[in-house]
Amino acid sequence: MSPFTTVHELADGLASGAYSSVELTKDFLERIEQDQSNAFVTVTAETALKSAAEQDQARQSGDASWLAGVPMAHKDIFCTQGIRTTAGSHMLENFIAPYNATVVNRINNQGMVMLGKTNMDEFAMGSSNENSYFGPVTSPWGEALVPGGSSGGSAAAVAAGLTPVATGTDTGGSIRQPASLCGITGLKPTYGRVSRYGMIAFASSLDQAGPMTHDAQDAAIILAAMAGFDERDSTSADRQDVWMAGALQGKLIRPASLTIGLPRQYFNHANDSAASLDEVRRCLEGQGHTCVDVELPHTDAAISAYYVIAGAEASTNLSRYDGVRFGHRSDNSESLEDLYQRSRSEGFGAEVKRRILTGTYALSVGYYDAYYLKAQKIRRLIANDFAQAFTEVDVLLAPTTLGGAFAQDSLTQDPVAMYQQDKFTVPTSLAGLPALSMPCGFADGLPVGAQLIGPAFREDLILGLADAYQSETDWHHLHPEQTA
Amino acid sequence: MADSSDQTIDLIHLARLARLSLDQDELEATKADLENIIDMINSMQKIDTDGVSPMANPLDANQRLRADKVTEKVDRDQFQASAPATEDGYYLVPRVVE
Amino acid sequence: MNWEPVIGLEIHVQLATNSKIFSGASTSFGAEPNAQACPVDLGLPGVLPVLNEQAVVMAIKFGLAIDAEINLDSIFDRKNYFYPDLPKGYQISQFETPVVGKGEITLTMDDGSERQIGITRAHLEEDAGKSVHDLFPGQTGIDLNRTGTPLLEVVSEPDFRTAQEASAYFRQIHNLVRYLKICDGNLAEGSMRCDANVSVRPVGQNEFGERTEIKNINSFKFVEQAIEVEIERQIDVLEAGGKIERETRLYDSDRNETRSMRSKEFSEDYRYFPDPDLLPLKISQEFVDTIAAELPELPKARRARYVETLALSDYDANWLSNNPDVAEFFDAAAMVSNNAKSAANWVMGDLSAHLNKSDLDVSVSPVTPEQLGVLIQRIDDDTLSSKTAKQLFDALWQDGGEVDELIDTLGLKQMSDSGELDDIVMQIMADNPDQVEQLRNGKDKVLGFLVGQAMKATQGKANPKQVNELIRAKL
Repeated sequence: MSPFTTVHELADGLASGAYSSVELTKDFLERIEQDQSNAFVTVTAETALKSAAEQDQARQSGDASWLAGVPMAHKDIFCTQGIRTTAGSHMLENFIAPYNATVVNRINNQGMVMLGKTNMDEFAMGSSNENSYFGPVTSPWGEALVPGGSSGGSAAAVAAGLTPVATGTDTGGSIRQPASLCGITGLKPTYGRVSRYGMIAFASSLDQAGPMTHDAQDAAIILAAMAGFDERDSTSADRQDVWMAGALQGKLIRPASLTIGLPRQYFNHANDSAASLDEVRRCLEGQGHTCVDVELPHTDAAISAYYVIAGAEASTNLSRYDGVRFGHRSDNSESLEDLYQRSRSEGFGAEVKRRILTGTYALSVGYYDAYYLKAQKIRRLIANDFAQAFTEVDVLLAPTTLGGAFAQDSLTQDPVAMYQQDKFTVPTSLAGLPALSMPCGFADGLPVGAQLIGPAFREDLILGLADAYQSETDWHHLHPEQTA
Repeated sequence: MADSSDQTIDLIHLARLARLSLDQDELEATKADLENIIDMINSMQKIDTDGVSPMANPLDANQRLRADKVTEKVDRDQFQASAPATEDGYYLVPRVVE
Repeated sequence: MNWEPVIGLEIHVQLATNSKIFSGASTSFGAEPNAQACPVDLGLPGVLPVLNEQAVVMAIKFGLAIDAEINLDSIFDRKNYFYPDLPKGYQISQFETPVVGKGEITLTMDDGSERQIGITRAHLEEDAGKSVHDLFPGQTGIDLNRTGTPLLEVVSEPDFRTAQEASAYFRQIHNLVRYLKICDGNLAEGSMRCDANVSVRPVGQNEFGERTEIKNINSFKFVEQAIEVEIERQIDVLEAGGKIERETRLYDSDRNETRSMRSKEFSEDYRYFPDPDLLPLKISQEFVDTIAAELPELPKARRARYVETLALSDYDANWLSNNPDVAEFFDAAAMVSNNAKSAANWVMGDLSAHLNKSDLDVSVSPVTPEQLGVLIQRIDDDTLSSKTAKQLFDALWQDGGEVDELIDTLGLKQMSDSGELDDIVMQIMADNPDQVEQLRNGKDKVLGFLVGQAMKATQGKANPKQVNELIRAKL
């Protein structure tokens, strides 16, 4: 069994008795053991083997779901009862949540086996996974390369075959950009599709959890497993999409003769992935779809609006980390103020402090209108751009990033340059739209991704299209070990 | 409303609001970073947003209302297991003078 | 110089919901520290708020009761500041768009005089926890049970000119929320607390003086005292040529003085913005209308009914309608007795005297409205004299029982059998020939003496009117 076997293949293999969940779990745990990429913050070998055995039991007695016993990993931003949840931060180094995130419960309900918690940029703030208190993650595609961020541990783990699937979260591109850089498939669902309960908040109006997988079919399966209405989340959408039931079984409808829009503002930059995107376009046209240019006029303002809004929300979402009820508390502080300032200054890393201060600035008296409110208006304009585009086309095709993985430490000294990494991913986040990144080729020997963007709650369209694309291409079958 | 071109950042005040203490080196580095970030952000100021209604959340829905029922069981010991300092069920902080 | 105080109140009303405003934890009072704080109340990582429908319903009830505009669209904002009893580092409140907009209330003073008081707004927010300073040496203990209890903050216009007006208004809001059953009104448990904004200005000046805010006053008496001493303090400062600092102050009831909260030396910037964890609250007019249809009779309407249909005096109507429990007792007694005026006299007289003496609330009165109603019937059908009625009332207060049975067992029935009374009257006239003679000569005032004799002879069971007639007949 190849370590790069997909979830749907593993599910079938378990069903046919080709191997047991315990055997699978052992295999992956061994690979994790030998791994040097620092993709995992916490490995839960013991509980994994225990639940794998339970799932094998359940399968014997015939009451196991299709996914029962398939190993997986959670980004360390999802609260797991009894198992520490760090969000990549010193602040939460020893935090053990008394509850499971809704996503964790839903994955558990499918009988999937958690191998551990994956590394990430602190509080999901970063595009290179160099902002983790637990050290940077290196890309399986090259020692000195970043896997992207903030879900860099999840991306690296799937790409390196340490787990067949991992959950991630995407606030401004944190699923799609690392998926692109690591040569895997990553889906950011529509805002409201997946419950945020128990998912440690970065920016509440942008955060959305999604799957990071080997192919679109797996992405559909895991999306269906994660998604659904949650009464604990006021921003959870209460919907019954009929295609979801099929998706959970890996059944996707490959849409016929779509009109696919190529937003001009995403293609007028020098981009190492331009040639690959052109190939994608030809492939899709070959499948009977029509590609047309569309305008998303306010695209270039997205980065500014995003860093104001995300910063503003983060600056107050992170106020609860005060050293009083949980989390890091500085020793020997003489006063309450002292306790607050020391605990937070010791507990947070540099990038988190930058974002908190940026957000505090944008919300503070005298600047609110010029920054926060202005950004919210631009957010509306960007959402309107997409709405307009979707009156003309069914889905959008765009690059996910400006190119392949970059070298570690190459951007850490220049936050603004680092922020440009999110250029093509933040607009969809601001609009709350579903978008996935799929491997579509290589630039300078490194994988690059193509981004498919759909109308709200039409993940079926972009997943179906990606599935059709992957049925004719092999990019998603290329793994570091084989190429490197 | 602030003049958007004005980027003088009172970092000491911001840090105080955010309850962060920065030593001298941090202060200078952070100030430079913030100024660059605000610079980048200010590129949005040139966009005309007159008459545009701000968008706080992408989900076009109304706040859902919860039935007034007690649904939570409180396990104080479990909830306080990760707490830095507790006594007799209270969370402890350095004496607050009022 | 003569100074005019300008006062506004912000009253925090704890809404009587079962669960918290944004979580399913219980709101009941007096649990072990932090035994009623769930992960949402504690602000643990990843948890999210969901709005309690009853909190919204109760806010709307209040809005309707003060003829306020109900905002069908309102927003919940974050008010950002750090304090140990504020777990998230922000309070979820309503800043620019409160659920209840401008309204007003008619303030009725004890002398019956009336004034319209403007209510700027009333908004929903979550209560904070409690800090305990005296339990742990050198440390403060934090109890978050109260965290997330729904609050309705009622903000008045600066319409009060005396401390008495302000406390009368506080009382009236207290009565109103109890009429509406949206708050238990228990001030001792902090169910209602108020902040007073106080300034003074030279009489005749239009613009306001600089104001101070006195925080967290939780009794009618203290509101009045706190405002009084703050007014005096401000006048003293100004007359000594000083100026008033805009600041938050605390009232110390032991010292009867207000003092500055030094902890506020740093100017907070609350950075209000819409809470991205909550969506806009949109209410339908139908929703508001159903709530309006279920509103109970309110003090103003009740007062009017007492004056117009029950023909009570303004004073009595006001006295009886202020406290909803008293009003309900009176309504029941008036209905049973079918004599509102007499029911009013009994409730305002003997009943309230007895209640005060034994320090009881009318809701637990040993004498029920039904008993009082029947008692009044028995006075009106001449079974009881006012004297025996009081005896009966005492008996009911002591041991309760059924009115007519007690009248028999205690032998309080008025003597109406004229035969028996006839003999007694003959006897008395025979025993007092001089008085009878004087009466014949038109000295009517001796009649009272003779009637008194008869009453004495019958231990008050005779009907004085009847005795009176008998004597005149026998002259």
